[in-house]
Amino acid sequence: MSNLSASLVQFSPELILVIGAAVLLTVDLVSNGREAGQNAIGLGTILLALVATFWLWPGGLFTADGGLFATYIDGALVRPGAFVSDGFTHFFRMISLVSTGLVWVSGVTFMRGRTPFRGEFGAFLLFCATAMNLMAGANDLILVLVAIEFLSITSYVLTGFLRENARSNEAGLKYFLYGSITSAAMIFGLTYLFGATGTTSLPLIAEAVRSPDNLLIKDLSGVIIPSLLLVLAGLGFKIALVPFHQWAPDAYEGAPTPVTSFLSVGPKAAGMAVLLRMFFSAFDAPLLTPHWIGLIGLLAGATMILGNLAALGQTDIKRLMAYSSIAQAGYMLVGVASFGATTMGNLTALGTVVLYILAYIFTNIGLFACIIAVDHATGDSRVDAYDGLMRRAPLLAVAMVVFFLSLVGVPPLAGFIGKFAVFSAAVTTNHTTLAVLGVLTGVIAAVYYFRVVRAMFFRPAPDGAAPIRISPSASFVIWACLAMTILIGVLPGTFVRVARDAAAAVHATGADAAAVDAGH
Amino acid sequence: MSLASNILTLITFLPLVGMAIVMLLRDDRPIKQMAIYWSLLPLALSAYLWYAYDTSAAGFQFEQFAPWISLGSNYGINYHVGVDGFSVPLIFLTCLLTTISLWYSAGVIETRVKEYFALFMLLQVGMLGVFVSLDLFMFYVFFEIGLVPMYFLIGIWGGPRREYAAIKFFLYTLAGSVLMLLALISVVFNTQSFSLVRGDMISQFVSPAAPIPFLSNPTGTAAMLAFLGFLVAMLIKMPSFPFHTWLPDAHVEAPTAGSVILAGVLLKLGTFGLVRVVMPLFPGAFRSLAVPIGFLAFTSIVYGAMVAMAQWDFKKLIAYSSVNHMGYVLLGLTASVVAVSSAKDGDAQTAANILQARQAGIDGAVLQMYAHGIITGALFLLVGMIYDTRTHERDFRKLGGGLWRTVPRYGTFLIVAAFASLGLPSLAGFVAEFLVFNGAFGVALNGNLPFLILTGLSVLGIVFTAAFILWKVIQMLLLGPQNEKWIGTPDLKRNEMLMLLPLIVYMILYGVYPRWILDTIHPTTASLVTTMDTVLNAPVAAEAPAAEPAAP
Repeated sequence: MSNLSASLVQFSPELILVIGAAVLLTVDLVSNGREAGQNAIGLGTILLALVATFWLWPGGLFTADGGLFATYIDGALVRPGAFVSDGFTHFFRMISLVSTGLVWVSGVTFMRGRTPFRGEFGAFLLFCATAMNLMAGANDLILVLVAIEFLSITSYVLTGFLRENARSNEAGLKYFLYGSITSAAMIFGLTYLFGATGTTSLPLIAEAVRSPDNLLIKDLSGVIIPSLLLVLAGLGFKIALVPFHQWAPDAYEGAPTPVTSFLSVGPKAAGMAVLLRMFFSAFDAPLLTPHWIGLIGLLAGATMILGNLAALGQTDIKRLMAYSSIAQAGYMLVGVASFGATTMGNLTALGTVVLYILAYIFTNIGLFACIIAVDHATGDSRVDAYDGLMRRAPLLAVAMVVFFLSLVGVPPLAGFIGKFAVFSAAVTTNHTTLAVLGVLTGVIAAVYYFRVVRAMFFRPAPDGAAPIRISPSASFVIWACLAMTILIGVLPGTFVRVARDAAAAVHATGADAAAVDAGH
Repeated sequence: MSLASNILTLITFLPLVGMAIVMLLRDDRPIKQMAIYWSLLPLALSAYLWYAYDTSAAGFQFEQFAPWISLGSNYGINYHVGVDGFSVPLIFLTCLLTTISLWYSAGVIETRVKEYFALFMLLQVGMLGVFVSLDLFMFYVFFEIGLVPMYFLIGIWGGPRREYAAIKFFLYTLAGSVLMLLALISVVFNTQSFSLVRGDMISQFVSPAAPIPFLSNPTGTAAMLAFLGFLVAMLIKMPSFPFHTWLPDAHVEAPTAGSVILAGVLLKLGTFGLVRVVMPLFPGAFRSLAVPIGFLAFTSIVYGAMVAMAQWDFKKLIAYSSVNHMGYVLLGLTASVVAVSSAKDGDAQTAANILQARQAGIDGAVLQMYAHGIITGALFLLVGMIYDTRTHERDFRKLGGGLWRTVPRYGTFLIVAAFASLGLPSLAGFVAEFLVFNGAFGVALNGNLPFLILTGLSVLGIVFTAAFILWKVIQMLLLGPQNEKWIGTPDLKRNEMLMLLPLIVYMILYGVYPRWILDTIHPTTASLVTTMDTVLNAPVAAEAPAAEPAAP
């Protein structure tokens, strides 16, 4: 009984989100689509969920008794809960809520006048946040699957939200078709995993995978590797990894720009959270780990190379950012492939990925806030539309340069700290090839980012182009993200600690990292 | 809170404060005045720094230290600044050239004034930061910061092909520094320290000094890869053949003041990186590749001079002459690590000679950095003065000749600077080149035939340099029948002469009395050689077995 109420308390951020979304829908229905109060309800909900997250955070691990909704018989744990509320979950809850909130604020002005269904739009964003929170703490294959599907379906709707806009519809449909296929593949892979381990609970899978007697596991290529591949296909779709990335450019281009912003951060971070928890705890076995490290390394290399090369040819900034965020996922995977590393500041490989995500989120949301503002004013997302932006909107131009530099990894900005961390992990674990590939593809990234910079600073504005007015909400997001991008870059100490603690929660449930390290 | 303990921080970050003030101003004129007057503050402080620098004391001076980013229990990234005999003159040079550049720019920059002066001051922060950093992480951060403002300076206020030149400059240098980042990581991973105070260096805050990385196997794969990471970054920045192709584009397209800073200071970041980072950290690896690196130096010297000789564009000629001049720096530095056979079995006198020659190589190289800064800075200013506001023509064939008679004051300044660039005795360039060759020959003659050949061939560079200066600059431009088209061109104004004067004075001063600067440089050179020898002398035993089979 006490277990249930304790579990519900630990579940409060998600409950708040669902209740908030319901209230929002109801108010929208009653107020007949008027905007009044919608922003207050939506942002209030997110803020409340954030407060709840921070309130739970110091409690740290809640895994000692098996997670939320665990099953006990006579006081003995027979089945761990489907959801854990540990430091790692809290971190990704925060990422999910902060990115949803910032995207909401940066899109307020944009969505006004473009759709009458603003209440539904907000509610779907809150549902997305709920789904991402569930992914952050999912500790059971069933919940992993449900959460991913939940996020997918809400994302499809958001992508195709502008019904009158053919591009938006097309984007939503493509995203949906592609997502359905990868989901099917992933479910197929999960059935293999269930077959081999006899359970859907991640901690129990971890035990089964590490057991030396399990013949199905020992026969690597028979069951477990195919299942890993299929799982990676499903997660790779969410994170937009090569070769599961083809949906991204079309969806990014067609989606309403605030949704593009959301797609590039939220689902990507949530997908990474699931991937990190699965691989670093459940699939961490001496026999298995070297194989998935090689696999992830390959994906990382392919993603960095293809993402950056394909971005070179883009003339639409949303497509360009789609490929850019594909490439950024590649850098995150470099950290994943460096499993076993303990680098500067006792940051494990997992910690470096977490730090990278933190730096990436603020940089990318800030960048998209600028893109949304330009798109809102000009209705144009071609790179050419940025000609002479320095004259028309100095704040946007300067802020975009800072964000681009952060993505390139120029110090002293957040992106540099992230790159420094993941490449440290790569060098430490002798993944020098990946590290060299990473920094050199980063130079390629500078080529296409600086094509936008060139347009903004070197080209004259078109004749008669008026200055671009930036709404207070957009400039709030831009300034906030600028502050975070610089703060993480100049004083990363606190953020390193946060990343380390988040990683520690997963390591506590994983196999002894040192033992695995010695194994390869 | 005395001045001495904060002076480096003040010098480095004052321009950043100035930048913030400039951003708040509205009109062009106050912005220009503010920028120029503000730049006098770091200039005055850097002059005081040199004056107060104690040449007899060992180790880093004017240090300041504060933990920056704590990384676990035993080590972290620190805010650590300090200067030695290498950085003090370069800090002064940076401040001097910045003030002159801002002054010159005030007269010619009319568009987007606020952005220009703000970026220029940001650039100064980046350059000064590199010279004062005693922490690898800080060094890297500042090394990168300068990139961005320079990109904009070239791209917005540059010549016709500015966009291409700007992005080429940016990408080249970025490619070099990202490799350096990986090398940096591997150094830190190897030694658990970010400090640049290594080996026998003395610092009041990092004591004992951090270990030299890869000490157990200084020429192993890991050491060589890390070494190459740093080396390539520096060679690109210098630039040395074959990484020099960004330079002519950037120099030619950059606005005059940009070229002055690019040639005067930014190129020195590369060579300074060699003496501050590469040589103390990787003496063993440097020695094992000394001859190939010497070959790059030789190629830069001779090829740079030959390509310069083929140019018809005044600015491009000066640009390629930088490749040539920076080649001397590389040659001098390489001489200090080259392995020689008589070092093992020679007597005390030979050993002393070798040591003296190695030190001369470094002394000459550092002096050349400084001399090249003032000489080439002056030459780019002179190109700008004739091109920007007078003739709008840089082609020797159209600009010459008889320019001396047309604009006599201009001619006089140009001829001094040109002769200094050529290496005429009694001017600064000569002393530096003499010391470099003194060192290179002194070392090579003690038993390293390949290096001796490279040094001997490098002397050809002096001939080619003399040829292009005498032929193109002096003969075609200044002498000969007067080109009637330019008759009536106004001569240098008083403020223009005032800009050039300090540079010309230093050329002569250091030419006739080089001890004035060498007294600052030399003690640091000696301690650098000692630090390197703690590693270089260790592998002698390891080399012996390889040499022995030939003996019996």
